[in-house]
Amino acid sequence: MAKKKLEDIAINGDGAVAYAWKQIDPDVCAAYPITPQTIIVEDFSKFVANGEVKTEYVCVESEHSALTLCAASCSAGARTFTATASQGLAYMWEMLPITSSMRVPLVMAVANRAVSGPININNDHGDAMAARDTGWIQMFADNVQSSYDNAIMAPRIAEHPDVQLPIITNLDGFILTHAVERMTPVDTDDVKKFVGEFEPVCPLLDYKHPTSHGMLDGPDFYYAHKHQQVEAMDKALEVAEQVFKEFKKLTGREYHLVDEYRCEDAEYIAIILGSSYGTMQETVDRMRDAGIKVGAAMPHIYRPWPEKEIARIIKGKKAVAIFDKHVSLGAYGPLYPEVVAAATDLEEMPKMYNFIYGIGGADTSVSILKGAMESVIKGSADKINYVGMKL
Amino acid sequence: MTTSLKSLNQLPVKLTSGHRLCAGCGEPILAKQILMGTQRPLVVSLSTGCFEVSTTVYPYTSWNVPLIHTAFGNGAATCAGVEAAYQSLKRQGKIKEEMNFVNFAGDGATYDIGLQALSGAMERGHQMLYVCLNNEAYMNTGIQRSSATNMGTDTTTSPAGSVSSGKQGYSKDLTAIMVAHNIPYVAQVSPHNWRDTVEKAKKGFDCGGAAFINAITPCPRGWRTAPSMTVDMAKLAVETCVWPLYEVVDGKYALTAESLKIADGKAEKKPVTDWINAQGRYRHLKEERWAPVVEKMQANIDSRWEKLIRLTEH
Repeated sequence: MAKKKLEDIAINGDGAVAYAWKQIDPDVCAAYPITPQTIIVEDFSKFVANGEVKTEYVCVESEHSALTLCAASCSAGARTFTATASQGLAYMWEMLPITSSMRVPLVMAVANRAVSGPININNDHGDAMAARDTGWIQMFADNVQSSYDNAIMAPRIAEHPDVQLPIITNLDGFILTHAVERMTPVDTDDVKKFVGEFEPVCPLLDYKHPTSHGMLDGPDFYYAHKHQQVEAMDKALEVAEQVFKEFKKLTGREYHLVDEYRCEDAEYIAIILGSSYGTMQETVDRMRDAGIKVGAAMPHIYRPWPEKEIARIIKGKKAVAIFDKHVSLGAYGPLYPEVVAAATDLEEMPKMYNFIYGIGGADTSVSILKGAMESVIKGSADKINYVGMKL
Repeated sequence: MTTSLKSLNQLPVKLTSGHRLCAGCGEPILAKQILMGTQRPLVVSLSTGCFEVSTTVYPYTSWNVPLIHTAFGNGAATCAGVEAAYQSLKRQGKIKEEMNFVNFAGDGATYDIGLQALSGAMERGHQMLYVCLNNEAYMNTGIQRSSATNMGTDTTTSPAGSVSSGKQGYSKDLTAIMVAHNIPYVAQVSPHNWRDTVEKAKKGFDCGGAAFINAITPCPRGWRTAPSMTVDMAKLAVETCVWPLYEVVDGKYALTAESLKIADGKAEKKPVTDWINAQGRYRHLKEERWAPVVEKMQANIDSRWEKLIRLTEH
């Protein structure tokens, strides 16, 4: 357990991420301001200006340069952090797969926001989902506390010698980034000890042992290198579980590849990402009070996809409702087909329904989620349903 | 150390032979001259382009120094990232030595897609040298026009045809744009004058801040010239004032080498027709109907040259 238990504080999600970063004290941070991530970079700039961190902080001219600079800095041998959202992540996109293929274990907070157009600054998961296939590990948070905890655990997962992959810690824009919640911080010495020293692999600044980074591959090497990334992703699941265990020892707070709420004896399961997992827990409690056996689950790690855990949770259930805060226009929400794929190994497949919700920041209330679950139980839901749409 | 061939010959080889650049390519010639400008430990970054794809074909590398490439439009940010890591680790006492950082990029990666990243890195003042290997078109993808391509040039996306004289409009004066960033060192170089190039590279590496060197870099494939003519073409660019040699140190302009001689009247300023007639990419301009284009090209060279003379207060 932690040496010192600190007093709870009131802080918003962005502030909590910046606070974790201050405790970790990375070597380099390069970022570009974008709503709703801005508080992270503003807070961190203050830490730099007041000499509270040793970080080389670079205010770049774009997100493309932010991620480029971070990838290069991390390749050079510096522990490096950045943060973005929405259009910023979209603008970084070219560098996302390059960063992961270079096996750069940098940490990026993403304050999830709808992707233009139309331009909209509110929360959904369109930005994170567009980064899905780029070889980054992705963690989701359901409240300010887990946004902070993820920021501390992320470098441990990314930098593990068997992983060496970049990692995104998602937190819902405004709902988590700007809302003040009660949070228990970890003592800074404990954070530093938990995260440890950065041990770069073949850093560029080790000029006595020169290495070439970011080289040209023909088809065979390209395929082989991509497969190595797949293997590293598989390892990341094992490593994440281990890091969660160690974090529980330190703080008492418990995370899993898939977080669960009252799933064990449930007949119906809701799978949901981010802050709405909390709303869903309240929904579960109310429905349980009425005698309906429902449970909720949230993939805490979304990439790599924790398929075995999903399969275990939905095994033997009557129906599963999969909630997506993004939709692949003309198909399904991104979680839906992956949960269905996880179920193909089960002897009996539960009924599966996809609920699209909260698009562009549309309200996600207990009544909306409860209505969705009731339609699942009644069997009146369609395969894909758009809930909470007012117009 | 003096810039003599005897002494330069003793320096360690940073870019080895055996790379896959074309015969007669100006890029390795120029890059080797730049690399002779520092004896400090060095990290090289490359923007996507001929120079990158031809020297880093996995599992081989032509580089004896640390090398990084990420993408096309972000060489300046890549180099800046390595430099930022260095500044942090040096401040923490984890690195003791003084080091240098250089990015090589083509004109497409510099004048066009990488201009924003370059501007940002120069404005922030990273301690790095950015070298543009300017062969006046996108040669790696097969000779497409860039904003460094001069008027009248036949490229695959500005082809000369029955109603077109090739690329329309003048080339962008990127060197002037870099000067406008108020950085400590900006220069134009040509690989034919190795002494001038090595000395300018030294100044760029030693200036303590962001430095930019723009290098005319002949491309036999794109310019439609013989591989044996590369150095001659580079020299002709200077002799015609298509590519003046000069430097701007802390905002102060100075002509150098052959360009200084031309300004002093000690060497002839050759006409643009010498430049046009030597290269296949201008072959169509020999047709009578494009004479007005040739006149405009000469007028543009003259006005740029006169402006430069004024700036150098020569």
